[in-house]
Amino acid sequence: MREVDVKLITDAVAEMSKEANYFLGDDVVQAFEKGLKEEESPVGKEMFSQLLENARIAREEEVPMCQDTGFAVLFVELGQDVKLVGGDFNEAINEGVRRGYTDGFLRKSIVSDPLERANTKDNTPAIIHVEIVPGDQIKLTLAPKGGGSENMSAVGMLKPAQGAKGLVDFVVDTVSKAGPNPCPPVVVGVGFGGTFEKVAYLAKKALLRPLGEPNPDPFYADLEKEMLEKINNLGIGPQGYGGRFTALGVQLEVFPCHIASMPAAVNINCHASRHKERVI
Amino acid sequence: MEPKRISAPLTDEMIMELKAGDNLLISGVIYTGRDAAHKKLVELLEKGEEWPVDLKGQIIYYVGPTPAKPGQVIGSAGPTTSGRMDSYTPAVLKYGIKAVIGKGARDESTRKAFQEYKGVYLGATGGAGALLAKRIKDAEVVAYEELGPEAIRKLVVEDFPVTVINDAHGNDLYAEGRKQYAKA
Repeated sequence: MREVDVKLITDAVAEMSKEANYFLGDDVVQAFEKGLKEEESPVGKEMFSQLLENARIAREEEVPMCQDTGFAVLFVELGQDVKLVGGDFNEAINEGVRRGYTDGFLRKSIVSDPLERANTKDNTPAIIHVEIVPGDQIKLTLAPKGGGSENMSAVGMLKPAQGAKGLVDFVVDTVSKAGPNPCPPVVVGVGFGGTFEKVAYLAKKALLRPLGEPNPDPFYADLEKEMLEKINNLGIGPQGYGGRFTALGVQLEVFPCHIASMPAAVNINCHASRHKERVI
Repeated sequence: MEPKRISAPLTDEMIMELKAGDNLLISGVIYTGRDAAHKKLVELLEKGEEWPVDLKGQIIYYVGPTPAKPGQVIGSAGPTTSGRMDSYTPAVLKYGIKAVIGKGARDESTRKAFQEYKGVYLGATGGAGALLAKRIKDAEVVAYEELGPEAIRKLVVEDFPVTVINDAHGNDLYAEGRKQYAKA
């Protein structure tokens, strides 16, 4: 067993909270540059130019690219040969969020109860997903998730008879209904298969893949392309002002499912598609 | 197309010249206000009482910024989703607010209210909070300090970039833009 002090997790989460909000990934910046070149709508082109300038200012001045610095969603791949020492694992993550969001001048956007709505004032608690994997390392991925795009997401318990067309229609329809609200150009995470809760998890996890990296299965890679084309044919465009680029990518994760079911989920991310990784 | 330049206070004549799809640069004073401040302002209207600050002819920006870093006037300050203000917007337009800035679709009664009361809905770029903060030169709380990030702030802006989404003639950039670029 390898002993790992949970303080290392706190430090990593605090740093990632800031980095994810200040430094937009190169994959997204490249997608903006492509959009600036290829977008046909003049207003849409102007949007890409503002988004590139925004990403540059955020990076150079180390300020949040968006004022919605998100719910801190943590994906943890915990090696089964790791023994955690020095404190409570969940609290170590929350302490990292607390420190990162306070020291990093990030907005505190979490309320303690959905009805009473009192702000927790330190952006905790984090949402924590843990998978136990072979090995003696810990891989942490932090994906701050904004509220505007999260609100436009959906789960659909489709019928197996609806087939691939049913999935495509559900995904395109969800993005169509969202219209300008989730800050397009969006990144579309799609979960397919599993159960009611698993499919939503898959959709969120799909957003972690680098933009442009297709599903490893050529059939599903083609389906991703088909969905992207149909979404971009909606004409919603950057910021919803009309244009060719409504989505920058569609990313699908698939899992086996029950003989009676065909669950699908769409998790929409705004263009501030933020995530950072650390391996301890 | 060169952006038009506007400053508050805005008159009916100035509003009628704006068309959905126009790019504008705002310089001068705008006021922040989101859910909680709207609720209070509309309650005052219902009671027939004065607002704590005269906002006739003014522009309201739906924003909840990040905390300012030392040396900053304001933290990242992009628009929030406007739909949450739909239930209040017709009343504040009737009062005399001439323009509101946010992002995302408005409901039908709000879209009609822009026509009826000669107002405009302006879009700032969602997710461009770092860029938009650079165009804000001064910020001070003028009402409802107890609301913290939701207090009404008077901002002084310079070349603050927005796009007309709903004009006072009934045009809607979201609907028209989408129709223009949709492919079967």
